[in-house]
Formats: sequence, C-alpha cells, structure tokens
Amino acid sequence: MSVEAREARQPWILLSPALTALVLLLFVPLLFIVVYSFWLRSAAGADQAGFYLDNWREALGDAFYRDILLGTLRIAAITTLVCALMGYPAAYFIARSKGNKVLLLLLLMLPFWISYIIRTMSWINILGTSGALNSVLLSLGIVSEPLRMLYNETTVILGLVHFLLPFMVLNVYVSLDGIDTNLEDAANSLGATRWQAFTQVTLPLSLPGLAAGGLLCFVLGAGTYITPLVLGGPRDAMFANLVYEAIITQLNWPLGSALSLMLLAVLGVLVAIYNRYLGMAQLAKGLG
Amino acid sequence: MTKRIDDTTRYQRLLDRYREGDLDRRSFLGLIGAAGMAYGMQTPFAKYASAQSVGQVRFDGWGGVVSEAFREHAFAPFTSKTGTEVVDGTFSGGDEYLAQVRASQPGEYNIAHLSGVFDYARYANFDLTTALNLDNIPNMELVMTRLVEPYRAITPDALSAVPYDYGTTGLAYNRKYISDEEMREKGASILIDEAYKDRIGGWSDWRTRVWYGALQTGQDPNNIEDMDAVWDAIRAHRDLALKYWGSGAELMSLLAEEEIYVTEGWSGRIAALQEQGHDIGYYDPPNGFGWQECLFVIKGSPVAACEELLNFMLAPETSIAVAEGQNYPPALDATKVDLGAKIPTLPAFDATGTLSGLTFADPAYWNGNEADWSKTFSRVQRGY
Repeated sequence: MSVEAREARQPWILLSPALTALVLLLFVPLLFIVVYSFWLRSAAGADQAGFYLDNWREALGDAFYRDILLGTLRIAAITTLVCALMGYPAAYFIARSKGNKVLLLLLLMLPFWISYIIRTMSWINILGTSGALNSVLLSLGIVSEPLRMLYNETTVILGLVHFLLPFMVLNVYVSLDGIDTNLEDAANSLGATRWQAFTQVTLPLSLPGLAAGGLLCFVLGAGTYITPLVLGGPRDAMFANLVYEAIITQLNWPLGSALSLMLLAVLGVLVAIYNRYLGMAQLAKGLG
Repeated sequence: MTKRIDDTTRYQRLLDRYREGDLDRRSFLGLIGAAGMAYGMQTPFAKYASAQSVGQVRFDGWGGVVSEAFREHAFAPFTSKTGTEVVDGTFSGGDEYLAQVRASQPGEYNIAHLSGVFDYARYANFDLTTALNLDNIPNMELVMTRLVEPYRAITPDALSAVPYDYGTTGLAYNRKYISDEEMREKGASILIDEAYKDRIGGWSDWRTRVWYGALQTGQDPNNIEDMDAVWDAIRAHRDLALKYWGSGAELMSLLAEEEIYVTEGWSGRIAALQEQGHDIGYYDPPNGFGWQECLFVIKGSPVAACEELLNFMLAPETSIAVAEGQNYPPALDATKVDLGAKIPTLPAFDATGTLSGLTFADPAYWNGNEADWSKTFSRVQRGY
C-alpha cells in the first residue's frame, strides 16, 4: 500500500470508534423513531406496524401542536436573549481580568457539578411562599404577605436562564479571549472612544462566539421539558412535554415519534442556517 | 451452605483490593471495564439462558415513604432470611413505568407495585402477565376476596399479581385556612371554588382529573354521561390551580410549605403529613376515588423467587409492618387477621373485609376511554 493510501485511511481508522458509536447510538435509534412515526396506536394500546401518515397529518395539521411549538420557540428565544444580555458582560469581564481568570472560569463551571434537576428545584426554596426571598422581604417589612412568584412562564424562563447561562458565557469568553487587545488600543489611538472601540471592533469580532452561544442556548432551551414541569403552572408546557406525554402518559409511541422528529427538524433547520453563515467550527471551539 | 456472592459484593471486594494496594489502578479499571462490557454484551441474550440462577429480584415502587416502608419491613428481612437480594427501584407514575417495561428485555423488571385494576388490565393487554402458582403463596388465603375478584375477571386462568394494599384519592386541605365543616359542605367542588384561586393544587393524572370533574358535575365517575361538562370543570380547575403536582413528594411539599391550601391527595401520603405534625385534613367525598394496589409479576421474571417474596410480603407480620410504615391499609381481611391498633385508624380502612364503602374505577370503562381522554386532557391542560 502506498504512503498516500495509508495516510488517506488513517483518519478513518482513527474516526471509526466515534463513527461506530454515532451510527449505533444516534442514527440507528433515529431510524427506529422514523419507522415508528409511520405506525399507528391501536385501540387496545398495542402498536400497529405499517405505513400510515395519520401521525404526521396530526402533528403537522393540528393547531394545538403548532401553537405549542411556536410558544416553545418564543420561550427559547427570550431565554437566549436574556442569556446573551447577562452572559456577554460576564464573559467580557472574565476575558479581560488579569490573574484570577482560572478562578473565575472555575466558578463558571461550578453549577455543572450539581444535577440540573436539583438546580432547577432550588428555585422553589428561593421563590416559594416560605422561600428565602419571601422570608427576607417579610422580615424587612417590605411586603405584608408572601409574594406569588412561582409556577408561571417567568419562572420557567428564569430556570432556563440559570441552566443555560454558562453555555453562553463560555462561548463568548472563548471568542473574546482570541481577540488581540492591541486592536482596541489601536482604535483608541486613532481617536475612537472606549465605547466606539468596543462597538466597532470588539463586538463585531466576538459575534461568532455570541452566535454559537445563542445557538446552544436556543437548541437546549427549546428541547427541555424538566424546567416547565418543575417550575411551570398547569398551562406552562414546551414541545418536549408533549412528546413526553404522548410517549409516557398516552403510550402513543408512534405519535410521540412524529412529534419528536418534528421538533428535531425545526431545530435542525436552525442549526443548518447557522452552519451556512457561521460554520460549526466556532461552536466546536466554544464547546472545547 | 455456601452463600453466592452478588455483583455488589464482587465490586466491593475488587475495590478493597485496589485500595489495599493488591491491585494496580490499570488492572482495577480494566476489570471494571471488562465487567461492564460483559454485562452489556450478555444482557440482550440473557433471556435465552435456560437455567438462569436467581440471586436477586427487582422490585419497583412509588418511592418516598412507601419505598422506605417496603425496604425496612419487607426487603431487608426477606434478604436476611433467604439470601435473595431485592433490588428496589422507584417510579413517579404508572404510565412512565409501563413505557419503561415495554422498552425493556423480558426479565429486566420483575415485580411492580401497581395501582388500580386498570393497570393490571393494561399489562394484560400488552401481554406482560405471568402465571402465578397460588399453592406457593399460601398467605393469599388471608387476602380479601373483594380485592382478588377484579384481577380474576381479567385473567381467569391464572393471577399475575397479588393484592397488597388499598387507599383513596380524597381531598386534602390545610385546616388553618379551610375548616372541616366547609370541606364537608363543598366536597369536590372546593377544587373549583374561586375563593381559593392560586391556592388549589391537583394531580396531573388525567384519570384523577376526569374522576373529580365527574364529581364536580354530579355524575357517576364510572358512567359519565355529559363529558363536555366534565371538561369544563377540568378547565375551571386548571384556571384556578397554582400547580399540578406529579409525585407524592411534590404533593407533600406543596401542602407542607403552604403553597397550596387544598388539593386531592393520596390517603397514605396525607396520613404521613399528619404524622409529621402538619394540620392537614383529609376527606373522602361521596364517590371518592378508591383504588387497590397489587404486587404484579412481570412476564419473564423468575417466578419461583417472586412467589417466595410475595408470600413473605403477605405474611401478617410483614404486611402489617409495611402498612403501618406506608400508611395504606393492607389487603389482608380484617375479619381473618388481627391488624393491630394503628391500621384501623388509617384513612380508607375497611373493617368488614368487603370494601363496600369505596368506589373503584371500572377498568373496562376507564381503559376503553384512555386513548381519547388522556389526549384530550393534554390539550385542556394547555388552555384548549
């Protein structure tokens, strides 16, 4: 075998464990879900194999699913925006700080050491009727009776921001850290104010990181179901909750499969748009 | 007699050897990895083993105080007596658990603490039953006949479960804000009383919502004639409720923290709250939701070991201790067995052995409407 042929094979050999895992753990199960989405749930509860378009007709044609999907995208968009507004200054501060950068990054990673569910439930102890915040407000005499803060859409968004903020900060930080600070100095020396240097030099250069963080926050936020379950009221649900209910409560795996593929397709289109204009390299850098 | 060691003991011994320096880190991790790989490789084929040895039985239940009672009063003594380990898992709802069982290999799940006769019927529909030999479970003679009959009607040839306890889903209320008199006067309608807006809770289970919707509209839950009225009552409750709870732990937390003042609740959990000193009242309205629970042996399980465990669990001393721990009366007939002092004080207790005072869900009626009602509830819950 020639050296060129051997070199051409090497990447595939090195990639083969990852590719095998991807095929077995992602593509094959996905294929099962695709097949399932064309089956039917029989009246007795057992699934009826075949090729039926009923689930897809229902998933695509029913206003109920469309409304919840749009609501989910709206909540994910608000969450992403809040994460960007809160995450950018934090990332900027970490990137420009001297000496304690490692400590700050460690603090940023700290929430990941605690289970996502526990972190979400912690808000009940903070915002509940007898939670920490109400106790402080009552003891200071600011309110006469506990404020109702839990179990609404705002607390769902709060829980999502709590969960997703570190993803945004990390991505923006990686982007900002790679920008040569001499560029800002050069802008200043040419007469730009600090604000102008930031808006015309630093911010545009860091946009790929912001976009990568935004994409991650949006996709993860749109796919969550725990947060609305724990922090939402009776009406608060995201699309993943409908998938959960179809599969777990109604035992309607075919419809649940169609719904999950629908969500996957919508989020897949967003990822494809991101990849078309910004490329996945920035995302890999942020995650790395 | 040589006692067979289980996987946990094997792991512990390996860990001890590593900690004591008999084993280097590479060998230790290699052995753990090899064990994991061997387990992963053999699991799909384990069902074909013709002479499967039984060192452990898996049991899945409702978690919280219920599982604690099972662990302390049933599993630990059973393991001490027989050497068979009971691996105990939990679930938050029967629907979720059935989905897991359907996706599993036969034999992966063994015994489940299932609620309602409708669950038994669903498992039978999915061909998940097994045939128990009641000669191996002599303590079945002590069980109330009324609790066995519904299961026999579904699988006349052989039972796949033994009844274990019963209870009700009644109205739980905080006495600081709602008096006993007001509760008796308003009954199930208190859950749609605007005076308690945002202080009302409810289980996110579609069956319970429909059952209470029927009570609120003055209908027989086992023969609902005006379903639109029931959905309207569920909508009214949804708009007044602060939170749909999803587990017994969440129910207890919402009541104990005074996030909600009134909700329907499981009798045993409310009794547990009362034991903890919370001033929570409990009231079963007329036609309140009665249910029975069973220990169901799932298809593919080691039947002999499961029968041995079931007989042990039905023994009066075990059954009474578990019942006192989980606060649900046992399935044992009070006319045949002396149930002690505490059990007669538990909510829903029946001293006659007939359970004539409780209304149970008709499994054929409820399972026949499951697909339609569970789907509709999902929409109603979201504002439709």
